[in-house]
Amino acid sequence: MKEILLKTEHITMQFGGVVAVDDLNIEIEKDRITALIGPNGAGKTTAFNVITGGYQPSNGRVTFDDLVIGENYPRSKMKKIYNGTYKTPFEKQVVNTPDKITRLGMARTFQNIRLFKDLTVFENVLIAKHCHIKAGLFRSTFMLNREEEAKMLEDTEALLERVGLLANRDEKSSSLPYGKQRRLEIARALATGPKLLLLDEPAAGMNPKETEELSLFIKEIKESFNLTVFLIEHHMNLVMDISDTIYVLDYGKTIAQGTPAEVQNDPAVIRAYLGVDEA
Amino acid sequence: MSMTTILQHCLTGISLGGAYALIAIGYTLVYGILRLINFAHGDIFMMAGYFMIFALTSFPWPIAILITLVVTTLMGIGIERAAYKPLRSAPRMSIMISAIGVSYLLQNLSTYLFTAIPRGYPEIPFLKKIFQMGELSASFVTILTPILTIILVVILMILVNKTKTGMAMRAVSKDFETAKLMGININRVISVTFAIGSFLAGVGSILYFTDRMSVTPFSGTLPGLKCFVAAVFGGIGNIPGAVVGGFFIGIVETLLVALGYSTFSDAFTFFLLIVMLLVRPTGLFGEKTVEKV
Amino acid sequence: MLKIKRNHLYSIIVLTLLMVFLYWLNANRLQNGMLVSVLQKGVILALVAVSMNLLNGFTGLFSLGQAGFMSIGAYTTAILLIPVQNLDGVYYMNGVHPAIRAFKMMVASSPEFIQIIFPFIALLLGGLLAAFAAAIVGIAVLRLKSDYLAIATLGLSEIVRAIFSSPQFDQVTNGSYGLNKIPNFPPMLWGAIPSLITPFIVVSICIVFIVFLIKSSYGRAFKAIREDEIAAEAMGINLFKHKSMSFIISSFFSAIAGGLLAMYMRSIEAKTFSITLTYDILLIVVIGGIGSVTGSVLSAFLVTAAKEWWLRFFDQPLLIGSWQVPLFRTGFRMVIFSILLMIVVLIYRRGIMGTNEFSWDRILKRLKFKRSKEGGKK
Ligand SMILES: Nc1ncnc2c1ncn2[C@@H]1O[C@H](COP(=O)(O)OP(=O)(O)OP(=O)(O)O)[C@@H](O)[C@H]1O
Ligand SMILES: [Mg+2]
Repeated sequence: MKEILLKTEHITMQFGGVVAVDDLNIEIEKDRITALIGPNGAGKTTAFNVITGGYQPSNGRVTFDDLVIGENYPRSKMKKIYNGTYKTPFEKQVVNTPDKITRLGMARTFQNIRLFKDLTVFENVLIAKHCHIKAGLFRSTFMLNREEEAKMLEDTEALLERVGLLANRDEKSSSLPYGKQRRLEIARALATGPKLLLLDEPAAGMNPKETEELSLFIKEIKESFNLTVFLIEHHMNLVMDISDTIYVLDYGKTIAQGTPAEVQNDPAVIRAYLGVDEA
Repeated sequence: MSMTTILQHCLTGISLGGAYALIAIGYTLVYGILRLINFAHGDIFMMAGYFMIFALTSFPWPIAILITLVVTTLMGIGIERAAYKPLRSAPRMSIMISAIGVSYLLQNLSTYLFTAIPRGYPEIPFLKKIFQMGELSASFVTILTPILTIILVVILMILVNKTKTGMAMRAVSKDFETAKLMGININRVISVTFAIGSFLAGVGSILYFTDRMSVTPFSGTLPGLKCFVAAVFGGIGNIPGAVVGGFFIGIVETLLVALGYSTFSDAFTFFLLIVMLLVRPTGLFGEKTVEKV
Repeated sequence: MLKIKRNHLYSIIVLTLLMVFLYWLNANRLQNGMLVSVLQKGVILALVAVSMNLLNGFTGLFSLGQAGFMSIGAYTTAILLIPVQNLDGVYYMNGVHPAIRAFKMMVASSPEFIQIIFPFIALLLGGLLAAFAAAIVGIAVLRLKSDYLAIATLGLSEIVRAIFSSPQFDQVTNGSYGLNKIPNFPPMLWGAIPSLITPFIVVSICIVFIVFLIKSSYGRAFKAIREDEIAAEAMGINLFKHKSMSFIISSFFSAIAGGLLAMYMRSIEAKTFSITLTYDILLIVVIGGIGSVTGSVLSAFLVTAAKEWWLRFFDQPLLIGSWQVPLFRTGFRMVIFSILLMIVVLIYRRGIMGTNEFSWDRILKRLKFKRSKEGGKK
């Protein structure tokens, strides 16, 4: 039986008059790699932001690990201008901040890398361990949690070793080459101990060789960290290579979903990518 | 309080509010374009007070006013060139600190040049002429201030909406980076913005100090901060908003003083600011935006 | 390992020398009045600067409320410590609130031990009151973005000042007359530490706490917020909780410094804690380097010494032969000072220390480097 880790129901995200995500229904199976693709401006990043708590959807529900982590319905001004395809409003309002959702076991990377630029590679990863700290501020300041602190340092060291960044341990993160910055961002997300890893265009700006390495890397960490992966990507080779399921967005709407083979031959997808005229 | 006293206070309040409105426009324009709270703006206003004092010792008033306005405008442009331009790509905190530094410098410089003892502000006879309207009495400047403010704002609005420079200003304040890519000369737009802001602060200074009669090196600090609050209140970046905010704060402040709460009149302004930021951070007329992740 | 031991040794030597120096200064305080006063004021400002740096430099919250929190500490300490026999002299205009007098009578009749540590209790109470205020106010203002936070905290500090100077609270704060006859620093450890040295000890304890905090996991979380709020939040750091912590702790220590300042100045008024004071502290932080505790401490001493001592001569008319040097008169010192500051802001943007901290390794490396360079010349 398949086990669903993340589910979105009728997620609609409207900014002013623009419906950036329209009636998105996704089911992400545990231990699989799911991809979200679509032309520029299709609403992929927006969907990520809704799932991770950055935005509150205008309508719809997000369920993670059988827990409703976000739910909303058109309220006040949105009630008047709501223009989603799915009209039935949901009933409840559930709001969780991104940090809470991360602590529940969902970690992400950003399309335009957001490392802690002035801090070292080591610190970047170490900070991500802070979210599960048990000691309070005073215990931590007076170093009464030595064991916990030592474990944090150890784990960080091990994680850096695992992703091949140990040699860059004390370098400033912004001084790393681009590919390693992407890798560090993934390592940092892993340090929060996620069940679900969301990657927003991890291969952006990479050459074919680097992309191939990344593809291997994702598969590797998926196995060794027991992850479910949800990624946005434009590099079709990568997507087709590693994904089990693909969702295709265009202008906020889901125009196709299925296995790589199914999606690849879907006329609607071809049309969206090549433009209407050539269909 | 009788009706007459209330009206009398309102009149004073409107006049004070007019001066505040003129200063608030400077904050709103600069913030709109550079996202900078120009902490030195209040001190430019204070310096204008001193310029007028000195100009009037050797020139008749029309020329003195002209000199004051020209020098104030040039000072505004100069400060931008010297203290803000070099930091254009620096973090926002640095440029804000630079603004505080300029404010500190201007205060210390004027303490050095003019001493901390209040200087009498010269009387310009026609401004001080008393008018009697029924039971209300007011000097000419009290009546002139709001009228002049409105006229200047209308001119400014036409300038911003109809001229090429004005369009460029609006473009830059909407999207700095894109405007730059579109080939707008950012530095020129910023200079014009500071020129307009300082010019209006100069006019505001003459109107304000004529009513208050003395200037000290610290006369600019609190009015400056209050006018920033006025700008936030009206919706930062929005010119009519700044004007409404200026009048509102001027009137409320005057009424509070009249009611015997003068120590709280400054505090009220900041209380208003905090409430506003919490309830409606975009101000009365500002537009709402969602930050992109 | 050896290196760490060596560094510890160096630190112990330096600290001992500093203590010896302070005891020497205490013995010769009459001849060195200026030095004592500059060092004491410097160390107090160092604490405020470090606590401001905790917020601005380490958490990335541009807050300008320091003077307000200092005044909470200063007023609390002053009100609690003015001796009961001086109350009528201090509150000569409006009288003192009966509750204050009753409380003082109670303290005066309490066991001696309580009376000895009471000044420290007063400092602590001031700090806690400020921390409490910060916790409440933080709920409102910490949601604001950088520059709005700056202006809101500046406003708060003005509101606090208005409350302290308002006639409605005359019987507590003595309104616009301010408070005087505040006792000087108390001695510590039954006189083993003379009162002159007390502020140094108190401030050192506070700064050590802040340094440990910055080095802890929470301190790292603060830095993450400074670097990128959105990323920090995505890494599971609760922004509001951590910003509040930083804000509350910074306010607590600002208030402790405020209390010490009250003891140092012996008389305070609401005007003491105006916006200018916050600006002065900000300038210390900027000159020292935003994000460096060492920098803030060094800069606090340098700036205080320069302002109150070394640059004094700029304010006096200077005669060379019979030629009076122009420019030298009251106020020139502060102009020079402002210009120096603008130079730091515009050109040496990293200040004295940038974001670096003091470390023996760095100093030794410097020394070796210099020596080898000189050796090379030969
Ligand atoms: N905060 C916001 N406010 C207003 N509109 C927004 C906001 N965020 C996104 N949008 C709009 O939503 C639409 C979808 O944007 P989104 O960034 O999700 O696209 P995307 O699929 O990630 O594209 P890309 O491949 O270029 O990253 C765009 O039209 C964008 O302008
Ligand atoms: Mg995107």
